[in-house]
Amino acid sequence: MNGFTAIIRRELKLAMRQGSDAAIALMFFVLVVALFPLGVGPEPGILERISGGVVWIGALLAAMLSLDRLFQADHEDGALDLLVMAPWPLEALVLAKCLAHWMVTGLPIMLISPLLGLLLHMNTDAYLTLLAAMALGTPVLSLIGAVGASLVLGARRAGVLVSLLVLPLTVPVLIFGVSAVEAAAIGQDAGPHLMLLGALLLAAIPLCPWAAAAALRQAVT
Amino acid sequence: MENARKSVFDGAAVSCVRGARWVFAGLDFTLSSGDALVLVGPNGSGKSSLLRLMAGLSAPSSGKILWDGADIGADRQSHGARAHYVGHATGVKPALTTAEDLTFWSTFRLRDDPDAERRALEHFGLTERASFPVRFLSSGQKRRLALARLLAAPAPLWLLDEPTVGLDVAGQSALESAIAEHRDGGGIVVLASHVAVALGGSEREIDLADYRASHADDAGDIWSEFGA
Amino acid sequence: MHWFANPARFMRIAEKLLPWVAGAAVLSIAAGLYQGLLTSPADYQQGETVRIMYVHVPSAWMSMFCYMTLAVASASFLIWKHPLADVAAQAAAPIGAGFTAMALITGALWGQPMWGTWWVWDARLTSVLILFFLYLGYIALVNAFDEPERGARAGAILALVGVVNVPIIKFSVDWWNTLHQPASLTRLDAPAIDPAMLSPLLLMALGFQLYFVVVLIIRMRAILTARRIRALHMVEPGVESGD
Repeated sequence: MNGFTAIIRRELKLAMRQGSDAAIALMFFVLVVALFPLGVGPEPGILERISGGVVWIGALLAAMLSLDRLFQADHEDGALDLLVMAPWPLEALVLAKCLAHWMVTGLPIMLISPLLGLLLHMNTDAYLTLLAAMALGTPVLSLIGAVGASLVLGARRAGVLVSLLVLPLTVPVLIFGVSAVEAAAIGQDAGPHLMLLGALLLAAIPLCPWAAAAALRQAVT
Repeated sequence: MENARKSVFDGAAVSCVRGARWVFAGLDFTLSSGDALVLVGPNGSGKSSLLRLMAGLSAPSSGKILWDGADIGADRQSHGARAHYVGHATGVKPALTTAEDLTFWSTFRLRDDPDAERRALEHFGLTERASFPVRFLSSGQKRRLALARLLAAPAPLWLLDEPTVGLDVAGQSALESAIAEHRDGGGIVVLASHVAVALGGSEREIDLADYRASHADDAGDIWSEFGA
Repeated sequence: MHWFANPARFMRIAEKLLPWVAGAAVLSIAAGLYQGLLTSPADYQQGETVRIMYVHVPSAWMSMFCYMTLAVASASFLIWKHPLADVAAQAAAPIGAGFTAMALITGALWGQPMWGTWWVWDARLTSVLILFFLYLGYIALVNAFDEPERGARAGAILALVGVVNVPIIKFSVDWWNTLHQPASLTRLDAPAIDPAMLSPLLLMALGFQLYFVVVLIIRMRAILTARRIRALHMVEPGVESGD
């Protein structure tokens, strides 16, 4: 076992035992999506047309909710000092943190999203594409989120601030994610949109940990 | 530990600025294997800041800190591997058990040695608490757990910031014997403490009050150039 | 005291430069407005509304120029620890946010008669809106810390992360089919614009550029003075606490 898996195991253990964060994010996701039929009316035609966007926006907001805790707890109890002194690249540590964050928030959100599509009368042809788009997009949310979460360490009102910083940066994920689902729903090829999402993920994997590691280093000085 | 080779940890003209204020300036130190350094000085004189500089967590505003002649800021990973830092906050996680928390840090530092972990827990009297969640430990026991990392994942440089806070007599003597053994093995210890800690041999002392920069005049001079 | 050495020199030079730059800014904006509003021809398609261009296009250019200034200043602050760089970055951000807001507002005013709508969610408008939020996020982040240095460093990293948005804004009109017209000035062949319109446009652009320098200098002086006050406040207790 090495440091990378040690981090993931620790984060998962903490998430399992403290439990609340992941569960709250998931409940929040379901609630936000469930609010839309109440807000725009239960007419199936309208719901079907906006279903892709609603599910994605719900996922985006739910991912935001748990973000500020990503490094905050370690920062408060002093563990971050020791994490930054890792005898291996700090970027890999950030990546491990993101992976763990995705496993406890992104993955459940992804798995439950077809169910919410059902509630919104989403075209059944789009379910597989929705899963694929979520599988590619939610890790990007965790990665971009890690940059925001590391930047606001020690800031006043960090929770609100992190959303303010991260939400604008996640717009491309939202655009391509929704386009993929909508294309599939009207029987078009969702491939190009999924590929763009994949490109975003491939770009985020090296870039976001790099920026977040720089932010973590300056957060402990 | 690093018996064969003598390591040198030294700093030249180290200065620290925090919030546009000079905390200390022009500080020199040289430590080699087996040495101990005690930092003293009033509150706010920069003991913690100096320890964080030595840990590589922040960079000196001027001057250099070197390990065997190489700047510690140039290769942060190697310095992270050779330095143990125990600060005011212990960094232990309430939801983990005592043993899990210790195992995490030793694996994290790429030392996966269950034997050493067991001995570390025993040395600091935590064996019976090994499967307790950390949230049930007292603050002194949490401090002991943080110190147990020093033994679970050996590293040549120990940087201890007020390590005795919350420790009882037995805890402090466990720390003292750990330090003595560490120095016998060729380790280096830098310690900031308000209570006397026996370091198992001779020690050097730096009073940070001696390095306080007289910045009041400087600031006035520079700024008076273009009038108020 | 390297921290204060450069600012002093900067303040002296800025003091001398300021009236000249300010004068030049007023002159070129006045000349640009005169030509743009009175002597330049109306567009054969767009009519008189084309005159919004003389404010809209330079504002949009400046919104990106300010961001690049912010990013370059942030990079030199992080890499070379240049003491004036973070002052420049923090001074540039609100000006950039102002220009971006102006580009968005004049764009909406121009869009209403031309496209029949105040706003469309196309790539160019959306990416400029994101730019606006990046500015606001930067300003919020820099001011969110009790320790100003922390805010400066966190903001600098955010500014560099946000650079990915700049090429998206620049090329959005080429990459996607949008309502927004493509660039007419920076094409590789001859500019697709009448010289009588080009002259006021460039004058306004120059005027906005100079205006940026003027406000930047004023804001940098204000930030440096605020720092000086803070430094003087911190010195006193530091000297007394010899207990």
